Amino acid sequence: MKFDKPATTNPIDQMKVVGQPIHRIDGELKTTGRAMYAYEWNDAKQAYAYGYPVGAAIAKGRIRSMDVSAAKKAPGVLAVVTTLDVGQREKGKFNTAKLFGGDEVQHYHQAIAVVVAETFEQARAAADLVKVDYAEEKGVYDLKEAMKSAVKPDEKQEPDSGLGNFDGAFAAASVSIDETYTTPDQSHAMMEPHASIAAWNGDELTVWSSSQMIDWWRSDLATTLGVDKEKIHLMSPFIGGGFGGKLFLRADAVLAAFAARETKRPVKVALPRPFIMNNTTHRPATIQRIRIGADRDGKITAIGHESWSGDQPGGQLETAVNQTRLLYAGANRMTAMRLATLNLPEGNAMRAPGEAPGLMALEIAIDEMAEKLGMDPVQFRIVNDTQVDPEKPERPYSHRDLMGCLKTGADRFGWSGRGRPGARRDGNWLIGMGVAAAFRNNMVLPSGARVRLGSDGVVTVETDMTDIGTGSYTIIAQTAAEMMGLGVDKVAVLLGDSRFPVSAGSGGQFGANSSTSGVYAACVKLREAVAQKLGFNSQDVVFEDGKVRSGNRSVPLAEAAGPEGLVGEDTMEWGDLDKTHQQSTFGAHFVEVGVDVATGESRIRRMLAVCAAGRILNPITARSQVIGAMTMGAGGALSEELAVDTRRGFFVNHDLAGYEVPVHADIPHQEVIFMDETDPMSSPMKAKGVGELGLCGVSAAIANAIFNATGIRVRHYPVTLDKLIGGLPDVA
Amino acid sequence: MRAFTYERAASVEAAAKAVASNTEAKFIAGGTNLLDLMKLQVETPTHLVDVNGLGLDEIQSTPEGGLRIGALVRNTDLAANQVVRRDYGLLARALLAGASGQLRNKATTAGNLLQRTRCPYFYDTNQPCNKRQPGSGCSAIGGISRQLAVVGASDACIATHPGDMAIAMRALDAVVETVKPDGSRNAIPIANFHRLPGDEPQFDTVLERGEFITSVVLPAPIGGKHIYRKVRDRASYAFALVSVGAVIQPDGTGRVAVGGIAPRPWRVEAAEALLPKGARATAAALLADARPTEQNRYKVDLVERTIGAVITEARG
Ligand SMILES: Cc1cc2nc3c(=O)[nH]c(=O)nc-3n(C[C@H](O)[C@H](O)[C@H](O)COP(=O)(O)OP(=O)(O)OC[C@H]3O[C@@H](n4cnc5c(N)ncnc54)[C@H](O)[C@@H]3O)c2cc1C
Ligand code: SF4
Repeated sequence: MKFDKPATTNPIDQMKVVGQPIHRIDGELKTTGRAMYAYEWNDAKQAYAYGYPVGAAIAKGRIRSMDVSAAKKAPGVLAVVTTLDVGQREKGKFNTAKLFGGDEVQHYHQAIAVVVAETFEQARAAADLVKVDYAEEKGVYDLKEAMKSAVKPDEKQEPDSGLGNFDGAFAAASVSIDETYTTPDQSHAMMEPHASIAAWNGDELTVWSSSQMIDWWRSDLATTLGVDKEKIHLMSPFIGGGFGGKLFLRADAVLAAFAARETKRPVKVALPRPFIMNNTTHRPATIQRIRIGADRDGKITAIGHESWSGDQPGGQLETAVNQTRLLYAGANRMTAMRLATLNLPEGNAMRAPGEAPGLMALEIAIDEMAEKLGMDPVQFRIVNDTQVDPEKPERPYSHRDLMGCLKTGADRFGWSGRGRPGARRDGNWLIGMGVAAAFRNNMVLPSGARVRLGSDGVVTVETDMTDIGTGSYTIIAQTAAEMMGLGVDKVAVLLGDSRFPVSAGSGGQFGANSSTSGVYAACVKLREAVAQKLGFNSQDVVFEDGKVRSGNRSVPLAEAAGPEGLVGEDTMEWGDLDKTHQQSTFGAHFVEVGVDVATGESRIRRMLAVCAAGRILNPITARSQVIGAMTMGAGGALSEELAVDTRRGFFVNHDLAGYEVPVHADIPHQEVIFMDETDPMSSPMKAKGVGELGLCGVSAAIANAIFNATGIRVRHYPVTLDKLIGGLPDVA
Repeated sequence: MRAFTYERAASVEAAAKAVASNTEAKFIAGGTNLLDLMKLQVETPTHLVDVNGLGLDEIQSTPEGGLRIGALVRNTDLAANQVVRRDYGLLARALLAGASGQLRNKATTAGNLLQRTRCPYFYDTNQPCNKRQPGSGCSAIGGISRQLAVVGASDACIATHPGDMAIAMRALDAVVETVKPDGSRNAIPIANFHRLPGDEPQFDTVLERGEFITSVVLPAPIGGKHIYRKVRDRASYAFALVSVGAVIQPDGTGRVAVGGIAPRPWRVEAAEALLPKGARATAAALLADARPTEQNRYKVDLVERTIGAVITEARG
């Protein structure tokens, strides 16, 4: 099915099941420990072996030689496969740095060997016995230094944009700011580390993994191994978090496959926690310069945003200016992104890539402008609203209700109680409130699904879509149930298997809208098949209460299925509605913080997010996405930073004691409000993404609240106490 | 982690002997620190002597009016003890500020005193670290040092003692009681227990190989207000950037020991004599010899401000 015209009324609009607060259908499996994660697959008939990775001890250079003799002799060891053994491999399409193979070391903890043994403990012990002789080379690890030699990347990455005369308008503006902001490298730090089991049967490979994108992984694994994609069967039915860190094939799957081939045994490989920071990808640090000019009434006349980030050779920008191209009005504009070469681990997508770090900077800048103008920051945003793409005014937004979010939020949060900076106090706490706009584009990707109606009246959905903890199982069941006139108890959902139709996968907040649209398309096919089988005119058929009805004839679905059952399969393809219209999601974050007047410790008191993101498919799972994202934003604002050792070229705090994500005590109270809306331009579901929107802007709202509490403006994340302490009132 | 052999110690003396006679042997108590380090190949014992069966898990009053805390009393139990809560509130508060509920259920009094530094380079065997591998160099100097020591460190090592409990013990003048491998008994005032690194940062304490901690003794209670203020980046489950353990008397005199800034709990008796003069004077004297790095200079200010907050709280 191709979605190329705005949606009209369709069965989803009934909202009998879709949109209802249904608890996750896989919840019981998870809470009872029966949901099998990658490393946990256990077939009693299989003699699993265990692989433990060895990571490079240097950041850049070559391996002269490796001595694996001691490791090979260690108790229980079955094999040691080294990067020199497998030699240079073709790299997967989605990988910037190679995962394994060849003598070059491109970053710290890049996989250089896997030691396979009868037990995990034996493999781990033997891994320490691998001796490596390196020819170390000098690398570049400091973004601040490297930005001087940063270059404009190829046009495909859309580095520059502009409109009008930015320089002239900025110089002429009555009120302006010109500030530089920095965001640090961040780690996905998901609970479940990357893990895979690989088993060969002749030239066929079966892999259980933890992957957000089944088809991407399968293709890139085939490329890296040099085998035919069709020979690989990849499964990833449950995933313990990804946040973008599992979008692209990672070393665990590659090492497991080589190890299994060498030992002729199924092999399990999980990346140890320190590898998550330095072996896998991370969100790259940025340096951002923002210039805004406005007239006295607060109308933006010039807005400019430049961003520098770094990556491995051949890598990509962190597109931190994305939202600035779209979020606020202003006749004169410029954005530019430059890319430096760094020899740190590969930078890549992490939840809301681009917008998350971009809004961390932009939404402080907006707060600074409002402060300078003497305007309420909510009002300043309202004054600069736009209903069209400000760089290409001929493109309207499909639907944009940022104003509704801001106004509703201000009202519900008690925004009018915000005082002047440094004015509110509660005992030892300086109290402040902050606001930021949330903005994230609504992407869609082709997504396929197969639905079977069984003779028992149960509809089974098969798609390679993944559920990374987001609730995909549930919203897909709701979609199929709505389409077929059933309750979710009559729908079975099978996900994350390369034997199923290729879906959008989970990423870029495109998963929910795209994959349910694919299921919608498949269900339309199935409805036609049912109608045809019963000799009904498919136009006036009603699917309701487990029955299919036309005129005064009504047949139970089970009966319609017949003994063989019926199948519908289709892929949702997308027309150009996202070219003719700008499709985005919007929100407003409000935060109240307390800052300890003596120590500068910032603690969140309450948070509110108001989201306008099209139809909300399930308010429970959507809320869960948003509060999780708000929590991630709290980490980004207050504590998360991969500390770069710029001499040795690696992230030093490579464990969860050193890389501090928020704990429960950091998040006392969260509230989420969804605007009641639909967006017929986005899909037949009239839904959009919400999982990344929830993160966008949160950190800036917190930084702005800290400013309101203390009067201290911190432009360098995370906003830790050492950056505040010099400006706090005297307490001695 | 290396493969290791394992035995359950039959007695304190046997435990001490077993570790003294094998340079690759270690005691294991709660295991919450040792096992983590073994998994990362930072500690590589090939023999473990499990001391959990030795009793030593009681808290008894001493004839001098103090408390004798068995080496194997769990942090949770120690923090919950009625007498500790009543007379040594500082200790209970410091314990509860540390780690998490699950860890405190396992962690022991002796093990807590002996927990090793959280310097990130110490945890990565690819990096030079004098404490882990004597003579290899110190990566933290000139590297990431935001968490590390501002005072008492050396050119060989700027790691801190990361714990909370020891800060309280130091302010309360605890004494560590041990049995040496030859069976003799030893009592080490907490002030002398943790070493400054000098050029031998591999030794955190003055304990001899095989010397076994049997108990920690607290002198009779000294009254006053007991305050433990731990400053950290997140609200819980994080090591202190700075912590202040204090006992303040109604007349404004008192004791103060500071954590997170030095290789051992940092208490300077001459500095705390200045408490009635206020935080500025006290902190200045405490940190007279401070040599902070660019990244941890903020701790100098933070110590003064936190002591200030503690003094205010004591008055209130
Ligand atoms: C995630 C995490 C967070 C933490 N956060 C904090 C925190 O915020 N604050 C804090 O203070 N601590 C914290 N800790 C550290 C924790 O307090 C220590 O791990 C614990 O106290 C160690 O006690 P244990 O009994 O488990 O020691 P073990 O790990 O069993 O032993 C530690 C050392 O002591 C030796 N040893 C044990 N008993 C004896 C004895 N009787 N005589 C001689 N030697 C002995 C062992 O050989 C070993 O070298 C944290 C730990 C973790 C893992
Ligand atoms: S500070 Fe001490 S523990 Fe840290 S790297 Fe230097 S020597 Fe090792």
